[in-house]
Parts: sequence; structure tokens; C-alpha cells
Amino acid sequence: MDYLLTEDQIMIRDLARQIAVEKIVPVRAELDEQNKFPTDIMKAMAQADLFGIYIPEEYGGLGKKSFELYIAIEEISKACLGVSTSYAANALGTYPILLHGSDAQKKKYLPNIASGKHLAAFGLTEANAGSDASGVQTTAKLEGNEYVLNGTKQWITNGGEAQIYTVIAITDKSKGARGASCFIVEKGTPGFTFGKKENKMGIRASSTTELIFNNCRIPKENLIAREGMGFIVAMKTLDCSRAGVGAQGVGVAQGAIDECIKFAKGRVQFGQPITSFQAIQHMLADMQTQTEAARALVYSAARMMDSGAKDFSRASAMAKLFATDTGMKVTTDAVQIMGGSGYMKEYPVEKMMRDAKILQIYEGTNQIQRNVIALDMIKEASRQK
Amino acid sequence: MSVQVISNTCTGCETCVSACPFGAIEMRGGKAFITESCTLCGACIEACEFKAIERTGEEAVAAAKDLSAFKGVWVFAEQHKGGISSVTLELLGEGRKLADKRQTKLSAVFIGQDIKNRAKDLIAHGADVVYLADDPALKDFNDDSYSAVLTTLATLHKPEIILAGATAIGRSFIPKVAAKLYTGLTADCTVLDIDPETGNLHQTRPAFGGNIMATIVSPNHRPQMATVRHKVMKPAPRNDARTGEIIEVKFTQTGDVRTKVIKTVEELGETVNICEANIIVAGGRGMGGVKNFHLLEELAKVLGGAVAATRGAVDEGWIPYSHQVGQTGKTVCPKLYIACGISGAIQHVAGMQSSDVIVAINKDPDAPIFSVATYGIVGDVLEVLPVMIKKFKEIRG
Amino acid sequence: MNIIVLVKQVPDTSEVKINRETNTLIRDGVPSIINPFDMFAIEEALRLREQHGGKVTAVTMGPPQAADALKETVAMGVDEVVLLSDRAFAGADTWATSYTLAQGIKKLGAYDLVIAGKQAIDGDTAQVGPETADMLGIPFIAYIKKIEAIAGGKMTVERMMDDGYDVVESSLPALITVVKEINQPRLPSLKGKMKAKNLKVTTLTAKDINADENLLGLKGSPTKVVRIFPPAPRGQREILSGTIEQQVDQVVKKLKEQSLV
Repeated sequence: MDYLLTEDQIMIRDLARQIAVEKIVPVRAELDEQNKFPTDIMKAMAQADLFGIYIPEEYGGLGKKSFELYIAIEEISKACLGVSTSYAANALGTYPILLHGSDAQKKKYLPNIASGKHLAAFGLTEANAGSDASGVQTTAKLEGNEYVLNGTKQWITNGGEAQIYTVIAITDKSKGARGASCFIVEKGTPGFTFGKKENKMGIRASSTTELIFNNCRIPKENLIAREGMGFIVAMKTLDCSRAGVGAQGVGVAQGAIDECIKFAKGRVQFGQPITSFQAIQHMLADMQTQTEAARALVYSAARMMDSGAKDFSRASAMAKLFATDTGMKVTTDAVQIMGGSGYMKEYPVEKMMRDAKILQIYEGTNQIQRNVIALDMIKEASRQK
Repeated sequence: MSVQVISNTCTGCETCVSACPFGAIEMRGGKAFITESCTLCGACIEACEFKAIERTGEEAVAAAKDLSAFKGVWVFAEQHKGGISSVTLELLGEGRKLADKRQTKLSAVFIGQDIKNRAKDLIAHGADVVYLADDPALKDFNDDSYSAVLTTLATLHKPEIILAGATAIGRSFIPKVAAKLYTGLTADCTVLDIDPETGNLHQTRPAFGGNIMATIVSPNHRPQMATVRHKVMKPAPRNDARTGEIIEVKFTQTGDVRTKVIKTVEELGETVNICEANIIVAGGRGMGGVKNFHLLEELAKVLGGAVAATRGAVDEGWIPYSHQVGQTGKTVCPKLYIACGISGAIQHVAGMQSSDVIVAINKDPDAPIFSVATYGIVGDVLEVLPVMIKKFKEIRG
Repeated sequence: MNIIVLVKQVPDTSEVKINRETNTLIRDGVPSIINPFDMFAIEEALRLREQHGGKVTAVTMGPPQAADALKETVAMGVDEVVLLSDRAFAGADTWATSYTLAQGIKKLGAYDLVIAGKQAIDGDTAQVGPETADMLGIPFIAYIKKIEAIAGGKMTVERMMDDGYDVVESSLPALITVVKEINQPRLPSLKGKMKAKNLKVTTLTAKDINADENLLGLKGSPTKVVRIFPPAPRGQREILSGTIEQQVDQVVKKLKEQSLV
């Protein structure tokens, strides 16, 4: 389908595709097998300016918006969700500064992020806080000109690899969710260490670690917005990034379809290629139709967000929900069509299927997305009364 | 001069359009039309069954030079640490033939340090005259000094033809000589012939990765210069009864020494020079991984050959680039080339199609490699190789 | 450092296919690319600029559409580009091409280094580098796999030879041709692509570079192509059949008969 992309959007798509094909596809199996962070690929992406897409020109970026970022995420995801997770999580870690940071904070951090010199990560999840973000137990206490952080963040993407961490911590326990604040913590700050690298089912090229704060002192000016704004910053950040997870779903689904149709055309059973069987044809048709619907939804959400709409929680939640469920289904079907070969590590679809599962889980499980959507529907219905 | 379509005769069959290696022919109004991109190569004239394309106009005469003043065939006799390179013997063999056809002398230009005692070997292999430039300043290959020696000699003695090996050295400094002499140079020739009437050297070389052959002449310029591909021409036999003249040439450095070799590093062992090997066992992506490359090494060992690879295998990091055969690697022409799990992409075939015998092993019977193979084995290379190693071990005892 | 890179736009020969029936090239839809060896030259120039400062200028000779190749170099980070384009240049062999490039380079003012790929994949001659160097009157070194150092008007490089490599020192300015080992070319960047999109490519004609018309194009070329033909088909071709054991037996027997093994 033709989404009437602009010349610049096509340029971004083509360059991201070139990186995916030339740099990622040849090494993705190895990265997956060895649980290895794609340092060289990140460098190539930095050199190509892919990290600056959504950052304003005044801070060294290209001044594009979410849609352009999602286009890049989709292309990278076609090749490897592990790499695209590292790439997208960088944006996730950057949004708090971009959306709510002061001009001084933006000037200090964004240019290095735009150039790819520094990678960012976002720290919200904890042992007792996942879908329930109000369970955060990490604390930040103001002492003179410094905040002192204590606590442990869990399953943080780009942990250990990133230089810039935006972290949610409680500044006033008595206020519940309104007592949370968002801080910028730089790698290397005394008292800030990392737990071991997690051994995951999929997206193994991405780094996932704990962030451990033990009397970690950071300057007062590293507070983003004001004290108590932490959950608002987190929710706005997730609103922006969530549809990007949808773009990952679209990408992995398309990647799986492309692999599987290539295989099916050459796979002969009963004297003919399996693509001549209607059972296979119908599966392929459904896979592509669902993927196209997901893509249309993700693109629509992106265009709405970029148009300056104020409230797009529902749109981004729907895009994430549908596109990632589609990613899971389509990759599973791709393995099915390829049969025994699909299950083998010689072919990339089993990895795609393992990778796709996380999309239904991270940045708000798809059950939470349904809550967001339903609550917003009910709220709207009440308003109309 | 131009190439033109005779409109009335042209049937619009479009054969010439696909025959043109430069994409310079279009169809206009149902007839072939030759565009500005035409290089006058004449491929279309050969391709046209209806004689509807012709050359017109007079040959532009740039008769700045009196061609008849140029006489004799020269070869640049490459040596390495005093040892005469095998390509030199091939050049002497080919040069002898050309000199005999022109009833003229064959001379060798021999440049280096402490090589004097080897000059007679060149005579034994067919040279009538050896121009010997033996000087400490010529110890290492240097573009400036080598080209200075050859340019000076050629200006003085006016040879009709100068041949050199298409080696790292030949292809580096020979163009500088051609530039100085304002004459034509054809790279990497595989066939040479001479027109007895005009004395024009017909130099044939592969182009477009070996997919087409081009014959090139320098009608108005002398000397006619060519670099010749290794292992294509027959080496001259040795005959110690031959006599000839050795002329020592004094080397004088003119101008500054602009470049100098500080160190020479030989890479032996692992980096066998695959260009020199008589038998090559080559692997492609079909080998499935670095873990299977030992099969190639084993077969090469049994046969006394060298291991080579395609760009795909090199890009995968299965074997170093020095083993790469193909357009972006080395060009080889061994007596036997065994292609294992190689699909036969043009870029690879360009580097090995001149091999005497090619054995291809591929599980896909339609793989393009089979169209250049002398013998094709259809089967999984990982199953074929162990069997082959066993059989060759048997016959080699 | 002022660095000049010589580039050539070529048909992507890896995409060229052969019609096996007529033994002719199928050129339809074959894209034009920057000669792959020139990509290493561009990358090396950009790296030198990153280390030593200065600017990189890409020069090509070709028809107007060769401007596309120059734009690609800008997308990779090249600062300035010059297209030498004139009908009088058409049909040039390596000598006339080198003459044209040398005249063009002389027009650009002072430079420290000229870098080119070791050869172009359409002609595979490897002659334009050394011939151009000679016409510029500067030292030439072929097959560079590493630039070890550049300082004080001198450089030290590693030159690949057939059986190893030489470490060579040269005065500057010089012209070098580079091989694949030297680096891994970067991809274009988005900012570079945007710059390239709006770029107006400077074109110099025969007159602009003060060229002698008699030395240009077909007229100035000592060599003439007199014939182009498909390579002779290989002799016998035999695709074997049977079990692997049987096929291998046949091959081993045949090779033994021909005393090849």
C-alpha cells in the first residue's frame, strides 16, 4: 500500500533499510546466539544520523517527528528486533528530556544523543513495579544541592550500554503516585552500578540489566520538570514510545512474511511448490492483510501525534496492542508455513517468533493497553452524556 | 569516423541493442539508433545479420609519429630478489613469436640489483638483446625509477611493442611509461596477434568481468604497450645454445627520490599466492560455515593445491581476503579449479573462468557455475567432499 | 589537508547477467553505481579529514548523469564535487581520461593527496591512477592497504604486492590507489543525503580546464576498440549424474586420465 511518504521519509526508510540489509542481517543470528550488544551496528546507525531523526535541529537532530522515527524502527525491526529494541529504547530514554527537560538539560544532553555519541535508557520498572507503576520503591532525597538515589531498577533496556539514564524515583512517599520524580543519571556516577546482564528468550542482541543505586548523588539540576511530576513524565513518555513498539510489531511481521514467502516458493511437496496450495495461500493472505492493517494503524497514530494532538493515549495504545499481537501471530504462522525448517536456527523466523513475544509484554503489557483503551472509551462516553 | 545504421536495411530486430556493451543503441521509429554513448567498438556491426550497420568516415589521422621508425619487440623482464618471475618466461615466449612474425629482434629490459649473472638466462629463453640496468638504487621496486629506466630506453631505441606482466609491479609502473610516451596501453591481455601489414598489435582482453572480449589496437601510436595476464601465454623453452647481446645501462637518478621502500614484508605460509597455484580448491557460501572449510583444506592438501574462496565466503569472515577469487579479488588460471558450493555469480566466474579444467560441485543443478564447469557434480558439497578426499587419497597412495 | 578523490560511475557488473543463448550482456535495469573500489578511496579521504582537518573534493569525468555519483559522495560526507563533462570527452581511453582528470585537478588549486580505487570494475585496467599521477608530475603508489602516517609533507603507506607488502615512504602531494583491505566504507548519512538532494554540481568543460582538444576523448585516445565479441564457449561440458559415489568416481577417473592429479 502506498502511504504517500514524503521524499525525506522515503530517504529515511531507504537508509534504515540499507543498514538493516547490509549491517544487521548478516550478523543477527550471531548476536542472538552470543547475547551480544550490537556496538558496531549502533555506530553505523549513528554515522547515518538515525539517532537524530526526532530531535529538533537546534539540538543537532534532523527535526523530524515520531512518524519518521517509526519508519526507521520498522525497517530495523524487519531485520532484528534485538537491534531495534536497543534503538527504540534510546528514544524512550530520551523522551523525558525532550518532552519535559529544561533548555539547559536539552542543550547538555540532546546533541550527544542526536549524534549517537551517547545512548539513553529509561528506568521505571522495579521488582514490585511493572504494570503497576505506582509500586516504585527507589527513592531520591534532596540533600543540599544533591539528590541521593537509593534502590534498584529491573529489566532496563540498554542498561550498562547507555551513558544517559532517565530514572523515576520517589521524592515524597506520602503523596503516592504524585510523589514520584524523574531524574537524569549519567553512567559513571559514584553509587550507580549495573546488575548482571539478563539471559532472555528473545531480543538477545539488546542489553537488559538492573540499575543499582546505592547512595548515588546527582546534582539537583538533574531533576526533570518539578518534584512530583515523575508519573506524568513517565506516562507522556510511554504515550510517545508505545506506538513505536507497534512499529516494531509491523517490522517483525513483515520480516517474517518476506522470509517465509521466499522459502515457500522454493519448498516442493507433492511435486509442487507449497505456495500453490490454498491452505498456504490463505495463511499468507491473512498474514499480509493483518500486517498492513497494523501498519495503517501505527502510521495513523503517528500522524495524529505529530499533528499536535493533545491526547493520543488511546491511539498509541491501540496501535501498540494490535500491531504487536499481529507481530506475534504472523511470526508464529511464518514458522508454521516453514514447518521443520522454520523451527530450525538455520532460518531466521524462529528467532523472530521468540523476539516478537516481548512486544506484547514491554512498555505496558497488551492487557494494560486494553485497560487504557477501555478506560478512555468509558471516559469519553461519560462526557457525551 | 562514426558507426551508423543504414535505415533502409535495418529490420528493427533489436539484436544490436542487446549486443551493444555500452548501451548506446536505442530503438527510434522502429529502427536502431546509435546515441552519443557510442565508443565505435563495432560490436553491433558484428551482431547485425542484415549488414545494416557500418563504419563511415575516414580514420582520424593523428600521424604525429613516424611509425616506421619503431622497430623490435621488448619485454619487461620482471624479477624478484634476482629470481626471474615465471611471467617473464611467458612474455619471452609470446614476444619471440611476435618478433619472428615481424622479423625483428626480441629484447628484454632487466631492472634490479645484483642481477647481472641472470641476464644470460633471458637470452637462453629467447631474448636477442638484454638491456641490463643493475644498480643499488634499483634494488626495490619503485615506480619512479623503474618507469624512468624504461621510458629513457624506449625513447632512445623506439621499440614497436613493449610487453609486461599484468602483475602488481607491471600494472603499477607500466601506465606511467605509457603516459610519458603518449601511447596506447592495454591492460591484462589474454591474446596477442599482429597484423603483418600495418604492424598493429591486436590486443584482446576480457572486459565487464570477463563476460565479453575486446580487441584493442593503437593504430597511430608507438610503441604499442600491453600488460599480459599471468599463466595464459606459453613460457619460452630454455636453450643454452642461444646467443645474444647484453647491453648494460647506466642508471642515473633524475630529480628527487620521491618514494622509497622502507621495508618489504613477505607473507608466506597461510597466504599462498593463489595466482601461482596449479590446482585450486575453492569454497563459496554453500560450504555453510567456517566449520566446514577444513574439508577444502584437506582436499587441497591431498592434491597439493591452494584454497580459495568467493567474495561471499570472504565477507562471511570464513577465510581472509587474500584467498578471494573474482572481480574484486584475484584472477586465477590454474590447471584445475574445483568449485565447492559456489553458485557461480558473475563476479566470481570472472576470476576463474580461464582455468583449464573446472569441476563444480553444487546441489542445485541449475546453478550458473555449471555453465562454466568442465565437469559438474550435482550433490551436497558436504557429502561430496569427504568422498572425493577419500578417492584422491586412494589414487595418490 | 586538501584531498581529491577520483570516482567513476560504472554499471553494477554484479547485476549484469548473460544471455546464455546469445552470449550477450543483459543490461536492462542494471543500476549505475560508484565503482566499488572508489568507495574505499572516499572512506579513506573522509577518515584523513577527520584526523587532520581540511576538505575532500570528489572529481569524476562522465556524462551529465554522472552527477548522481558525485551526489552520493556528498551523502557520505564529501565537501565539494566537480564533474568534468563535455561531449569532447566521450570515447576517451585511459590515456585521454587521465589527461582530462589531470587538467581538471590542476584547475582545483593546491592539494596534498589524490586517492583513487585500484581499478574500475567495468574496464578493470588500473591504468588511470598511474597515468594521471604522471601527468600531474606527482609520485604514484598503487595498491595501498594502509596509510601508516602522514606528517611534514610525507606519508608512509603499506603497498600490497603479489607475495606480501612493502612499506613505502613518499613525499606529498602524491596519488595513491587503494585496495579493499584499507577500510570499510561508511553508509551515507541522512544529513549528507539532504545536502546532496539540494546540491548543484559544478560542471567543468574542456574549455574550463584549458584542455588541448586534440588530446581529448576518442580523438586523443591512442587505443581503439576494434572488436567486441563473446568469449569462446568452453569445450566439453559434462554434468554428471548418479549417486555421489558414482559422480565422484567419474570425475576422479577423468582428471586422472588428463594427468591433472
